[in-house]
Amino acid sequence: MNSLQLKMGRALIYGLLITFALLYLGPLYVMLVTSLKDIEEIRGGNILALPEHLNFSAWSKAWSSACTGTDCEGLAPYFWNSVRIVIPAVLISTLIGAFNGYVLAQWQFKGSNMLFGALLFGCFIPFQVILLPMAKLLAILGLANTVTGLVAVHVVYGVTFTTLFFRNYYVAIPNELVRAARLDGAPFFTIFWRIFLPMSTPIIVVTVIWQFTQIWNDFLFGVVYSGPGTQPITVALNNLVNTSVGGKQYNVDMAAAIIAALPTLFVYFVAGKYFVRGLTAGAVKG
Amino acid sequence: MKFKLSALAAATALSLAPMSHAGEVEVLHWWTSGGEAASVQFLKQQLESKGVTWTDFAVAGGGGESAMTVLKSRAISGNPPTAAQIKGPSIQEWGDLGFLASINDVATQANWDNVLPTVVSDVMKHNGEYVAAPVNVHRVNWLWANPEVFRKAGATIPTTWDDFMVQAGKLKAAGYIPLAHGGQAWQDATVFEAVVLGVGGAEYYQKAFVEGDMDMLNSDTTVKVFDVFGQLRQFIDANSPGRDWNVATSMVINGEAGMQIMGDWAKGEFKVAGKNAGTDFVCVAAPGTSGSFTFNVDSFAFFSQSDADKSEAQGVMADAILSTEFQEVFNLNKGSIPARLGMDRSAFDSCAHDSMDAFVASSQTGGLVPSFAHGMAVSEAVAGAIYDTATNYFNSTDSAETGAQQLVAAISAAQ
Amino acid sequence: MFKYLETHLPKLVLAPTVIAMLVCMYGFIAWTAGLSFTKSRMLPQWEFVGLDQYARLFSNPRWQVALDNLFIFVFLFILVSLVLGLLLAIFLDQKVRAEGALRTIYLYPMAISFVVTGTAWKWILNPGLGIEKLVRDFGFTDFEFRWLVEQDMAIYTIVIAAVWQSSGFVMAMFLAGLRGVDDNLVKAAQIDGASKIQTYWHIILPMMKPVFFGAIVVLAHIAIKSFDLVQALTGGGPGYASDLPANFMYTFAFSRAQMGLGAASAMIMLCGVLAILVPYLYSELRTKRS
Repeated sequence: MNSLQLKMGRALIYGLLITFALLYLGPLYVMLVTSLKDIEEIRGGNILALPEHLNFSAWSKAWSSACTGTDCEGLAPYFWNSVRIVIPAVLISTLIGAFNGYVLAQWQFKGSNMLFGALLFGCFIPFQVILLPMAKLLAILGLANTVTGLVAVHVVYGVTFTTLFFRNYYVAIPNELVRAARLDGAPFFTIFWRIFLPMSTPIIVVTVIWQFTQIWNDFLFGVVYSGPGTQPITVALNNLVNTSVGGKQYNVDMAAAIIAALPTLFVYFVAGKYFVRGLTAGAVKG
Repeated sequence: MKFKLSALAAATALSLAPMSHAGEVEVLHWWTSGGEAASVQFLKQQLESKGVTWTDFAVAGGGGESAMTVLKSRAISGNPPTAAQIKGPSIQEWGDLGFLASINDVATQANWDNVLPTVVSDVMKHNGEYVAAPVNVHRVNWLWANPEVFRKAGATIPTTWDDFMVQAGKLKAAGYIPLAHGGQAWQDATVFEAVVLGVGGAEYYQKAFVEGDMDMLNSDTTVKVFDVFGQLRQFIDANSPGRDWNVATSMVINGEAGMQIMGDWAKGEFKVAGKNAGTDFVCVAAPGTSGSFTFNVDSFAFFSQSDADKSEAQGVMADAILSTEFQEVFNLNKGSIPARLGMDRSAFDSCAHDSMDAFVASSQTGGLVPSFAHGMAVSEAVAGAIYDTATNYFNSTDSAETGAQQLVAAISAAQ
Repeated sequence: MFKYLETHLPKLVLAPTVIAMLVCMYGFIAWTAGLSFTKSRMLPQWEFVGLDQYARLFSNPRWQVALDNLFIFVFLFILVSLVLGLLLAIFLDQKVRAEGALRTIYLYPMAISFVVTGTAWKWILNPGLGIEKLVRDFGFTDFEFRWLVEQDMAIYTIVIAAVWQSSGFVMAMFLAGLRGVDDNLVKAAQIDGASKIQTYWHIILPMMKPVFFGAIVVLAHIAIKSFDLVQALTGGGPGYASDLPANFMYTFAFSRAQMGLGAASAMIMLCGVLAILVPYLYSELRTKRS
């Protein structure tokens, strides 16, 4: 292969990679520039054009003073509601998933594969189906319209995924490890804490990213199972964006949308590297 | 105990009137922005001045679709809100399922039977008792026009559907979009409803689309309705699918388009843009419907509560909704007219005056009909069937005969 | 006693999950199945009507459209996401500069929900505001890109947005797979005179089989649950031309007061999932472990 061909090949690769990068950035770019324009400019202008003057008023309005219904406190209180829901839900579902994966991969018993299959099928239930029976169940448990109830729902439906991730990760680890440890008399949990957990960082990262994204972005459970005062940010965003009366403020809508997406974006930017690394370490080797 | 309480309340009514009602209301609604939110805010303040705490539970989206999902799961978990924004035949369905609380005491005391028109009070009652309070009456069959555009195109504002085709042709020839339209199912249904009323008349409308009379639906009139509705396809722009109604209204405001068929809430958009009724924009009845009135009444229904304080707060809320102050403020904000009769009308504009006159006049001639496009006329299932047929037909190139057949099939399948 | 606990500990650890699964998944599926045989309207009512709801469902033209759309959507979405994800991964694996930044750019759409990006996508795809207008402004006045407003093309805009959201994830999965390939294999092939394309086609891709499987399951899962996407982008329109079964189900069960019909449509969806999942599980669980 001569060097000219090589150079053209590289140019092609870079060209394609950059083209796609620009296409992928398109929607975010549109949202960002729109959030910085004033309403007149949005009405008259091109959606790709840069704002004439940088105008951050839409951002502060979206964060602290935009009205939804009779509350005019912006997204801020809902943001913290989301945080209060996401953190316990992610931690609990990840922990349970790790234990489940450990059992399903390393402590197999008769029917454990069947169980795993049944759990996997569970991932596919359209969530709209479970809204009403779950509401009834939460009421029976006394958790209707509480944060605890909402967290429980996220944990129950998140555990299928976290179990899947951990099981596929641990299944690649030779069974002899557990056997040897058991011969030495190490109990079940000691083997987990001492041997498996320390080598689980990559898959924990993948699982946490996945769960964080899913739960932070959830609207359906959030709107149905939260109570007044505990609604997550997606519900507030929906209330802000999904109305059409009284002169729509697209800049505020867009700023609010970006604010709502910031935590997940942040997680991807910071932990994206570990994400691929975690996947490499075995999560995808179905 | 009950006796004691009311005796006590009566005794303290004079001195402690504002503070005698404790309790709280949790209100589920989807009015999250603009004049609608401002109106809810006003109601909240009124209740708080009477010592009732207001917990706001707003869920926007899809004309209340998300809010209804929330309401159903709350109801099934035995924890419904104190009051929820429900309207039309749905009130009866909730009542039949045993969820609603009677507010008859308050209604009798405040003489609702006399201050509310019968068509409205009938909707608010279940088994003869009031279970909901109306906040407004919307007229849906309006045509909003930009007179400047008509002048430039040498056209006149149409009063019949035949005339509409002629005038819209002139607008189109002059380079304007004749009919500003947003291609969403409910907007297609809103225009369809105006055509049904304008072409078929109030009696046909009532029989076919309210009572579901199959002979009427199978008649040639239905084909004629679909024929006129189909002709409108040529007068909207190709980019309309998915457009929000307020964007369509702004096309009329800025002179891109000549007219829009939309309920009276469109007025709010003209007002926000600083336009005046009569000069900058014109409101007339949709073609062929000047003697008729398709009404859309928003209301709050009250859910049974185990807590006596909350039940009492429901009464306070119902009373506040029917107060003249709230009815005036709310309807000035929302573009509709008060549900309460005989109010001072000086604060309202000319479009609202027309609406009030038409409401009274049409109630005597039988031209007052419930809007099926806005959940007032038929069950949600049948309304959905009409939505599907209308929107699918309007976005296709199907013939009028096919449209009529599909409508009949869809309605009979949904019943 | 201790001994008993120790031997059954693995099962005890799984027990809470299994109970939750039995109640919250299979219990609720059974509940929905039961509901689909009733005449339930606004709320569940246990008055049985046999297969009536299924008959209604399949005579409903809107359901036919939703079902056809699902096939188009699932097929194209999975295919395009796989191809695009794989290509991006292969290109990124050529020791390019700024790999980290590019990777993050491809991945970020996965982080945002369509409640957030819906409006931006609507503008971009709208002929009067977005791509069509921009290209025309550049002087190509005959350019047309109006799928969003065309009845028979709208479903393809849903595919585009869905691919945008998920292909980065597929890219990450493939990139991870490629990073796991032994370098010596590639070198050996190249010494044998195989071109780069040949090496990928004959040696590396066959090794990616498990990744393909994993990606297909994740994508199928996303595809079948796709709901926000339609809601945000087209609202099911024009007409109901871009409706998907999940939207159909939600609309009929919750805003049309036809809960029995909605339940029936959910059951049909679940049967479709079984058809995809059973072959996967079969191969997965048979080859993996003795």
